[in-house]
Order: sequence, then C-alpha cells, then structure tokens
Amino acid sequence: MTTESAAFPAPSSLKVVPGTEAAQAAYPYYMQFTAADDERFWFYNSMHFPEPMSAFDMVTAEAAYCALGSSTTRVHCIPTTLGIDYRIINGRVYIGGNAVTDPAEIARRTGEFQQRAFYYYANWERLYAQWREKMLVLIREAQAFPKLELPEFEPLANVHAGRGIAANHNLLEIYQKTLEGYFRMWHHHFEFLLLGYGAYMTFFAFCKKAFPEISDQTIARMVAGIDAEIFRPDEEVRRLARRAVELGVDAEFQEGRTPQSIMAALESRGEAGRRWLEELATSRDPWFNINVGDGFYHYHRSWNDDLSMPFAGLPGYIARFKAGESLERPIEALRSQRRQLIQEYRELLGSDEERQAYDQMIGLAHRVFPYVEGHKFYCEHWYTNLFFNKVREFGALLAQHRFFAHEEDVFQLTHFELEAAIIDLMTSWSNGSPPRGPEHWPQIVAARRAAIAEWAKHSTPPALGPVPEVIDDPAIVMLWGITRESLDRWLRAGTDAASRELRGFAASSGVAEGPACVVRSVEEIGRVRAGDILVCQITNPTWAPIFQKIAGAVSDIGGSMSHAAIVAREFGLPAVVGTGTATSRIRDGQRIRVDGGRGVVTLLS
Amino acid sequence: MSALTHIAWFEEIGLDDRAQVGGKGGSLGELTRAGISVPPGYVLRTVGFERFLSALEREAPVRAAVSALAHDDLDAITVCSRALRARIEAGALPREVLAELAAAHERLVGADSGLPLAVRSSATCEDAADASFAGLQDTYLWVRGPEEMVRRVRSCWASLYSVESISYRLKHRFPEAQVAMAVVVQVMVDAVTAGVMFTRSPTTGDRSVVTIEGAWGVGSAVVGGEVTPDRWVLGKVTGEISVRDISDKQIQHVAAAAGGVESVAVSDERRRVPCLSDEELQRLRELARRIERHYGRAQDIEWAIDRASGAIQLLQSRPETVWSTKDAAPLATPQQDPLLHVLSIFGKNQCR
Repeated sequence: MTTESAAFPAPSSLKVVPGTEAAQAAYPYYMQFTAADDERFWFYNSMHFPEPMSAFDMVTAEAAYCALGSSTTRVHCIPTTLGIDYRIINGRVYIGGNAVTDPAEIARRTGEFQQRAFYYYANWERLYAQWREKMLVLIREAQAFPKLELPEFEPLANVHAGRGIAANHNLLEIYQKTLEGYFRMWHHHFEFLLLGYGAYMTFFAFCKKAFPEISDQTIARMVAGIDAEIFRPDEEVRRLARRAVELGVDAEFQEGRTPQSIMAALESRGEAGRRWLEELATSRDPWFNINVGDGFYHYHRSWNDDLSMPFAGLPGYIARFKAGESLERPIEALRSQRRQLIQEYRELLGSDEERQAYDQMIGLAHRVFPYVEGHKFYCEHWYTNLFFNKVREFGALLAQHRFFAHEEDVFQLTHFELEAAIIDLMTSWSNGSPPRGPEHWPQIVAARRAAIAEWAKHSTPPALGPVPEVIDDPAIVMLWGITRESLDRWLRAGTDAASRELRGFAASSGVAEGPACVVRSVEEIGRVRAGDILVCQITNPTWAPIFQKIAGAVSDIGGSMSHAAIVAREFGLPAVVGTGTATSRIRDGQRIRVDGGRGVVTLLS
Repeated sequence: MSALTHIAWFEEIGLDDRAQVGGKGGSLGELTRAGISVPPGYVLRTVGFERFLSALEREAPVRAAVSALAHDDLDAITVCSRALRARIEAGALPREVLAELAAAHERLVGADSGLPLAVRSSATCEDAADASFAGLQDTYLWVRGPEEMVRRVRSCWASLYSVESISYRLKHRFPEAQVAMAVVVQVMVDAVTAGVMFTRSPTTGDRSVVTIEGAWGVGSAVVGGEVTPDRWVLGKVTGEISVRDISDKQIQHVAAAAGGVESVAVSDERRRVPCLSDEELQRLRELARRIERHYGRAQDIEWAIDRASGAIQLLQSRPETVWSTKDAAPLATPQQDPLLHVLSIFGKNQCR
C-alpha cells in the first residue's frame, strides 16, 4: 500500500455538521482546525474520547496534553518526540504527534534524557513514594475545598474577625483552585508514565524480536503486577460478599434489587445489618472512588456516586462463597505462575547473552510498571471524581440561581465560560441586580446538548491527512498502540463493513459463544445475565464484579495492556478489546463468538 | 548391545548408535529410553546389511558400480538402480540374520502372529551421522507375518539404491563405502490421526511456539503431501492456540486389505472437522517440549494417535536444521547500564 493511494481525508474536508456551528465555535480557538493542519497527520483519539466531548469535558484534553507534552518535551526530554497537538471537530478529539527526526537534535536531546529520565529510573522507588504522598496531599486538598455558599449577609464572625473578603470571592477562589488542582493532577499523572511505558515497551519489543509469534497478552502477563491497586475495588466487593454470608445477611442480596432497597433493608436488620453497612463504609473510602469509565467524561460516575456496579457483583460472589469457593485472589500462586512464565521463556532464548539482556529488561519493567498500573486509581478515578463532583456543585449553585435547569448542564459550558458565569453570579450577589446568566445560558445549553446528540449520530474518520511512512513517535505508539499496520487496517475498514467479523486486540485467551448484551451505560448493568457476552465501549476494572457471571467481553476501546485486559485474563474470561465498532455493529441479543486468543469477534446470527 | 548380534531392541540403543542403527533407529531408541511412548520394535543393524552385501559383492560389484556413476547421468543411474534393486530383492539373507530376525519377530508379536508391523528404512553414513536422508528410502506399512516382514527388509535395503537415493549420495559426495542401511521393525500404529510437529516455527523460526500439522489416518498422507493437513500454532510455554487452520481433508491413508496403505476419500461430515481436540493438542505440545528438552535443541517430530487407545505414539524425531543454522548475532546484549536498553524505544525513529 503506497502513501499516494492511501490518504485519509484532509482536516479541511471534514465539515461541521450543519446546525451545530455555534456549538463547534464554543471550543477555544486553539482547538479548532486551520488550513495549515491539512499538511499533518491526525488521528481520532477514540481510545480516550470515544464519544463527542461536551464543552467542559475538553478540560481533560487540555490538562492532559499540557502535562504529557511537558514531560516528553521539556522535563524528561524524550529524544525522538515532543508533545501532542489536539483539535476538536464535531465533538471528536483528533491528535497528532510531534516527532523529532533531525539526528543532531536527537543526539542533543539524548544527552538531556540521560540526565533526567535515567535519574528517575535510578531513583524510582524514592520518587514514586514521594509521588504517592504528593497525590494524597492533592486529594486531601481537593476534599477540603469548602462547600459553596452565598449567604444573604456575610457571616458576622467573618466581619468581626476582619476577614475583609466577602463570600462571593470564595466562589472564584474555590473554582480556580479546583481547576488548578486538575491541571496539577495531570502533571503528576505524566511524571512517570512515559518512562514506565518505555521500560515496558523495551521489554515488549525485545520479546517480539526473540519470539515473533508471542502474543501481546503473554508479554503483558510477564510484566503485569499481581497486587496492583486496580484489583482492589473488586477485592473489596468479594470481601463484602464474604462478610454478608458471615453476618447472615446474604439473603438480602437478590439479583435485580436496587442498592437503596438493600441498604434500607439492612438498616432494619439490627446489629448484623449495621455491621455490614460499616464494612461497606470502609470499602467505599477510598476504594469505591473508582469510576465506571476511564475518567474522561463527567458522566462516568464513581461507585460511590452510584452503587449499582459493586452491588451487581454481590449476588454472584455470595453464591460462589456459599458453594465453598474461596473468594481470595491466590496471590502467591499468581506470583509463582508469573515467575515460571518468565523463567520458561528465558530458557527458550538463543544464548546466555540474550538471557542477560532479557533479565535486565524485565528487571526494569518490573521496577517501573507498578506506577503504570497504580496511577490511574489516584488520577483518573479518585481525583477526577472529586473534580467533576466539585464542578457539579457549581452546577447546582448556578441551577439554583436559574442559570440553567439542571446541575449537569454546567458541563455544557467551557471552563472559561463557567468562570464567567461564576463572576456573573458573584456580581449579582454583590450589587443586588439579577444575574444575566438566566437569559443567556439556557438556550446555549440546549443547543449544545442537541449538537452532542447530533454528533453522536455521525461517525468520524479514524484519521485525517497524509499517511506517514512510519509512525515514528514513541509516545503515539506507546499510549495509543497506533502503528502503520493499524492505519492500513483503518484504510481497509470501509471495505470490511459487510464482513461477519470484527477484529481487535487479543486481550484474554479463550473462546466463548453466547448472546450479546450491549451495554451503553452503567445504568444498564442490571440487564447483564449469566452467560451473556458483555459488549461495551470500555471495559475497565470497575466492571470486574460482573466479570464473574459473563461468558466473554468485547469492547470498542482498549489495548492488550489495558486494565480491562489484565482483569479479564485474571478471570480467565475470553476478551477482545479495541474493536472500534462493537457497540454499533452488534445488536443486543445477537449470538456472537469471542475468540480472545486471536482478537476476533464473529457475528453468528 | 552385543557386537555379535544383528538385532538391537529400541531399549538398548540411543543416538550414539546411529552408525549401526541409522538415524531413525537411533532416534526411536533414544525416545524409548527417555520414557516417551514409541511403538515397540527393534532394528536390524547395518551389520546385517553388510553381511548381505558382501555376499552380493562376491557375485558382482555393488558399491563400486555406484561410485563409478556421474551424479548428473540420470540414464546410467536408472539402469544401475534397476539392476541393483533386482539383485537385492532376489538375494537370500544370510542364515544367522534370518534366524535372528525370526526370533525377534516372535518376541515382538508374541501370540498375535498377524500383528501388523511397520518396516522402515534407517540409513546411515559414518562420516555424516546427522545426514537425515529423509524421505529418500522406503517405509512399508501393515506388514503381516515373518515372510512378508523379511521381504520388506530386503525392499528397504533395495531402496538404498533407488534413483533418488543414488543421485542424492552422488551429488553430496557421500563415500559409498560408508553408506549402509539399518531397518526398523516396529508395531504398526493404526492411526486415527497422524502428522508432524515442529518445536520451532517453520515460518518465523520462533522458539516459543509449537506448530502442529495433522490429518485423518496414517501420517504417510501428510508426510507425502497428499493431503493439506489441519494446522495449529500453540504457545510452547502457555499452550495458547493462536492459529487454527482447519483444512478440507479430502483423503486419508488407511490399512489396505492386501497389506500396506491405501488412499480413501474422507466422508463429507469429517472433511472439515478438526482432526485433533484441544486436549490432544495440549498433550502433543507437552510431548514436544519434553522431547526438545531431552535433545537440547529444536526438533521436527512425527506422531500418531492410536485409534483404539487414543494414546499418542512417537514415530520419529530429528533435529530442526533450517533456522538453527541461521542464528547469528544475539538480538540484544547485556548493557553495562541496564537503562541504556530504553534508548531502543526512546532514542530511535524506528518504533513501528
């Protein structure tokens, strides 16, 4: 396939969906495509942003790419790449890499890289321990942000204390700190991430050379941690299942019953019920601060905000525990399996020299990978939940002052616009005039909601612009798994639409057949029945509690090292991730076959 | 193994005996001793062939006639081959050889005088113990009774003088005086499925996978290329099955009424059915690993699954030769500072 015959549409040929121009214009100027962008290659970041982005949610792209680029371009100075550019059209986020190709510049940056990244690698444990502390401080700060209040009169105590700052100013201060904290969190997020992935990729690339037919998931199993934080929320659900049986309250956990009704029933069951609810409280803080998505959308709520997910797992675990099964993860056995896997591949290498190099590479990967696995809980889950919930509080306050109808409408404003609305409210509180917002925002919010609904109906090209000969940007390869082969697959995709097969990453081996349960949001989780094959946009570790009852899993998004893949492997659950189109091509109830070893989903009916 | 006897049982021999028992005999002995399931049998050692040949040489030259040929003179080779094969097929076996063969036969078949046997050529060349001569000499299947067995031993010897065999030796300049033929006689496996497996990928040289090919019936259909076998690729360590190519297996080799095998059509309902279950694939993988570990190098292996018992029987294992000779520089070398490895990812524009 040559570059001439294979090009994606130019950005300028991609038109804003008619009638949504105003919604498109709401995104800041630096996110809009311009004519010069036609010269570059862009791809749709469907991995992180699979759905049209609301105006506010774009803050995640801003904060993340600001921080990612700082790390690669200026902090660690990765020799061959600068940062990521991003644009948005029709709510879809396109990104492009900035590879460094001049050998002299690569050499110069290599010198810098060795003084910076190597220092991090060499002092990993200390810096990572320090990182955890920083993150916990940041989380505590966010938790401590005061409640939003606009009292009729400034509290007397403040006046007598000579505070000299009125309550309306608190709103601005809290908002700016909330936003600042989110941007700061993303810097922490990328402090180690590329280095962690890099060490993993180094080992990965060597394995692929030494064992050309090795599966990605086998390499992943050699590197993945056994007691990583991502397993913790599900472990807590198992613990709660065990405790329910031990306390004799397990009969309350019936399939299909809401968490609220179960909890109300437990309240009235005296001591045993109360003790279980206490156990629940200890699990919730912090482990249920995990959200049901990847942390990039305001509507991916946490388990704490919506207990349906963990509660959906309880009946199954209770049944297993009562059947005599241990619900504990066999940590030691898993560890020794991993050791054996590493050892047996090592023996297959061609020479002792290769074995020594292999030892060095896997050693480094093991050292740094806990960060790659662990950071998400703190960043994309815990902190992000706090952030969106704080913004939601602003939404509630503004809704109370009639800026718009519902607190969730706040996410239709950009973060700049939200600050303006807050200042509008502050002004109104200060001068006694009604705020201007109630005349201004409702129609804008309605138009933007309509635009997002419209954009969701239109598919968008997987990439734009000229096809590069090679993907020479390690960040793109590492974080998005995009290679020349995936581009070729995308270019062919148009012709494959009639096929009965979907291809994705082989995430977890095994073959399963069954009816598809196409789940588009967590509210539908109660529909999933034993033996179903779960089809969803993102499977992530938060879905683990229902992994026990399904026969297989298919997702639109994700790679073989995604957390979903790691958890699926541990459950021995056949899984194909990153199919791109599963939720749109598979009908609910359709019989499908999942071949998790080959990464193929077959439509059977 | 006593130097005086012409017969060696599998249990008594190993790879080191290849000069006397040939490559195939040595391999079957080696596997038997390693505790791997091989259909029982014995080898008529090269010394038997040498005694037989000396008698023939006294009548008229054999080896000298071959040595005198030019490797590209196909007409002369054909004439010579025809004459030598006729002489061998007609020649009488030395009395001691006959007696030992008869005794070995009785011991092998026991009470079951009609037990079908496989009589297989096992050629050797003293200077080239590794020379496989694979596929150049004959194998006879479903051989019943001592007379038929002896006749097929002679046929094996004769096949050393087939046109292909002679041409091959001349072309590769094997010293004719050192080339000899042992003959393997073993219990025939009535295979429901048979095939080959490679402990190193024939396509990529990957040492971490086992490639298994198989088809219905006796393995001669697979080895002879008469059927497109089913093909699987399994992770050697993990057992993951990454490739399952199920082919349309139109024919299979089965026992013919008159002895030997015949090619028959596979019934429509079995043609596209996998000839191995996942459980059998995993057993084959484990066996492949065991054999490879035993030899300390990659192996090409012939196997069969017994129709009655479902047991896997090993029929041959020889060292892989294609990729093993290509291995050159190590793919990575240890670094003074292990961190330098990451520059393979971050330092080059070659991430694909």
